[in-house]
Amino acid sequence: MKVLVPVKRVIDYNVKPRVKADGTGVDLLNVKMSMNPFDEIAVEEAIRLKEKGAATEVIVVSIGEPKAQETLRTALAMGADRAILVAAAQEVEPLGVAKVLAAIVGEEQPGLVILGKQAIDDDSNQTGQMLAALTGRPQGTFASKIEVSGDAVEVTREVDGGLETVRLSLPAIVTTDLRLNEPRYASLPNIMKAKSKPLAQKTAADYGVDLSPRLRTVQVAEPSKRQAGVKVGSVDELIDRLRDLGVAA
Amino acid sequence: MPSYAAPVRDTKFILDQVLEIGRYANLPGFEAATPDTIDAVLEEGGRFVSEVIAPTNQPGDQEGCTRHPDGSVTTPASYKDAYRQFVEGGWATLAQPVDVGGQGLPHVLAMAFQEYLNSANMAFAMYPGLTTGAIAAITAAGSDEQVARYVPPMVEGRWTGTMNLTEPQCGTDLGMIRTRAEPAADGSYRLTGTKIFISSGEHDLAENIVHLVLAKTPGAPDSVKGISLFIVPKFLVDGDGSPGARNGVTCGSIEHKMGIHGNSTCVMNYDDAVGYMVGEENKGLAGMFVMMNAARLGVGLQGLGIGEVAYQNAAAYAKDRRQGRALTGPAEPAARADPIIVHPDVRRMLMEGRAYNEGLRALILWVALLGDLSAKAPDEAERLEADDLVGLLTPVIKAYATDKGFLVANLAQQVLGGHGYVREWGLEQFVRDARIAQIYEGTNGVQAMDLVGRKLASHGGRALQSFLGIVAREVGEARAAGGEAAEVAERLGKALAELQAATLWLMANAMRDPNQAGAGAYPYMEVMGIVSVGLMWLRMSVAAQRVAAEGGEDAFLRAKLITARFFAERMMPDAAALRAKIEGGAEAIMALPAEAF
Repeated sequence: MKVLVPVKRVIDYNVKPRVKADGTGVDLLNVKMSMNPFDEIAVEEAIRLKEKGAATEVIVVSIGEPKAQETLRTALAMGADRAILVAAAQEVEPLGVAKVLAAIVGEEQPGLVILGKQAIDDDSNQTGQMLAALTGRPQGTFASKIEVSGDAVEVTREVDGGLETVRLSLPAIVTTDLRLNEPRYASLPNIMKAKSKPLAQKTAADYGVDLSPRLRTVQVAEPSKRQAGVKVGSVDELIDRLRDLGVAA
Repeated sequence: MPSYAAPVRDTKFILDQVLEIGRYANLPGFEAATPDTIDAVLEEGGRFVSEVIAPTNQPGDQEGCTRHPDGSVTTPASYKDAYRQFVEGGWATLAQPVDVGGQGLPHVLAMAFQEYLNSANMAFAMYPGLTTGAIAAITAAGSDEQVARYVPPMVEGRWTGTMNLTEPQCGTDLGMIRTRAEPAADGSYRLTGTKIFISSGEHDLAENIVHLVLAKTPGAPDSVKGISLFIVPKFLVDGDGSPGARNGVTCGSIEHKMGIHGNSTCVMNYDDAVGYMVGEENKGLAGMFVMMNAARLGVGLQGLGIGEVAYQNAAAYAKDRRQGRALTGPAEPAARADPIIVHPDVRRMLMEGRAYNEGLRALILWVALLGDLSAKAPDEAERLEADDLVGLLTPVIKAYATDKGFLVANLAQQVLGGHGYVREWGLEQFVRDARIAQIYEGTNGVQAMDLVGRKLASHGGRALQSFLGIVAREVGEARAAGGEAAEVAERLGKALAELQAATLWLMANAMRDPNQAGAGAYPYMEVMGIVSVGLMWLRMSVAAQRVAAEGGEDAFLRAKLITARFFAERMMPDAAALRAKIEGGAEAIMALPAEAF
């Protein structure tokens, strides 16, 4: 069984994002970029499935700027077998990504696609679900446990009320939550080996997909700073102030 | 608990823009070190040490090592798993040759990684650090059979190494060693004697420990010309290469030290222990010097490693801690007080820290690169010059980087005030750990004597001439090019003139009276430190200007130019005072009779 894992290059989770002065987006010049942490969990899970004998090949794919190659190399250094880079000049949206992935799923016929549940830059949380709809495959989102047995996969999902276990027949789409696993560190020999693993260069046109944005960003702004508080002298004064603010009757 | 993030951007800036290691892509080992590989190794290596190794530092210090009644030694509880992950990650193999199981990457990259490891946990880093030195000595002086038998498991990290020089009655003066090596019928030797201060001498991290031991054979000359080098494995190695019978080498006790508590510092007793001679009889010191030269650069890196992590924590504290107001009026009127980083004197301490750290990082990586070039450069003259410079600058790095590492740790502790003195914040540990680096591998005073007594004079001063030539040329070029770097060059030119004057004075006076050399050695080492770190600041400001001109200036490049200016204005002027001290001569130092002390 092949496992396909899409990975996204995003601003590193340790970096405090700054909005560009002109309000068109987040300033990414000379900012540290890394693999989306949820995608890292997805790569780790796919490699574990291969180590357990449940999968035979792990393919990673990224859709974005040429530098996303580095992110793919990181996944290869962790233990993925080969990579596909789909070059995209402009910012990509979940629907465009899902369409490209659907085309790759058609070509590669993976038994499982494991995606991060969302990317930490735009927090869309849509790509996995859209991919399931486009391919007509069953989906198990927000997985905290994945168990492949025969031609089905049992996915334990983190839902509001607790945990829910669903059984999907393969092929299927799974998205990862934070507690699924702890990703490994790439070993030095594997970092060196990753250089010689195959990395295919593609464009969206190769898959017949039009990536042009459907959304228009009007403005990006930082959250307004918290205002200094006011000290009140008594409970009555507090209630008066709350009334003035319209939050108490 | 203190925190640590590997300074990957700075390392990359130095490797790519200052040393421009891309120029050496045609050399063995460098072809694999493409920019994206270097990025991946530094990023992942930095992440690994900060997330896996650094958390063992403070608990390891508090727990220390324990020697048990049977002579076995256990390291702090967290070390075993951290060491296993270190070995499994292949980090020990970085710059080792491919044919013994290494990754064959350049030495300069291994040194960059070694700095991170020292910042994360210096006591821990010494276990693989000494192994690397022992591998170098066996590879340089051992037989093919010895290399095949001992080196691969050491490269992998399954076995570790030690160096055994010091004995109770002799440290610096190795001619006085008493450990005996009696020849046995099978061509091996039986060693008997006691070695002290043996770092990583006994522990529970590895399957076997390969001790490299200096000893004297029967009838050997009673001086450094009568010392031989031996491999003494903790477990004798069977025909299939696996550890077999326990050898007659045991840990008699472990030292209770000021710092590096996580490293077991052992008294090693040799009692008819089986040893194998490495290289020729009576020429053991040459092999051990291979290890010692590598180790001296490694100790310089310890100074830098501690300085860096101490600085990071002091800088974070200074931005967070609110006390008082800026001298020029409240910087953050809405808050009850300003963060202490508004104060010029707090900034003085932080600026000194980053100026030494970044300058020494560049210097050590440059000398590590010269080490690669001395072995691999295609041109004989280039190899020779690189070798000269490594020899000249090794004692400077050992002494200056460890003095400044300790200074920076002290300044960082000072920034935290009382919180620097209590255990919780971890700064006092950095101060304690940094202190040993000034002492071992030849005290810093001995390094200064090595510089003045041996390195200046060798080959008619060839090494110093080429160093002075490099500084003068780059000062001239930077002056001509203009910009902020030209101002750094201006001041470096003055410091260079002081160094030249001090050198002439020593040449004129030390031959007549060796005490003049002895008395001037330490300040001379310090002038060399200022000029060599100053040269790095000049190179970094030139590179920062160039990169900014090509791709636009960012906060990192601006900080480089400002820190270069700080080093030029606040450190380089010391060269004149140091020259005056040297020229003051030895009279006052030597005048008092010994009874008067």
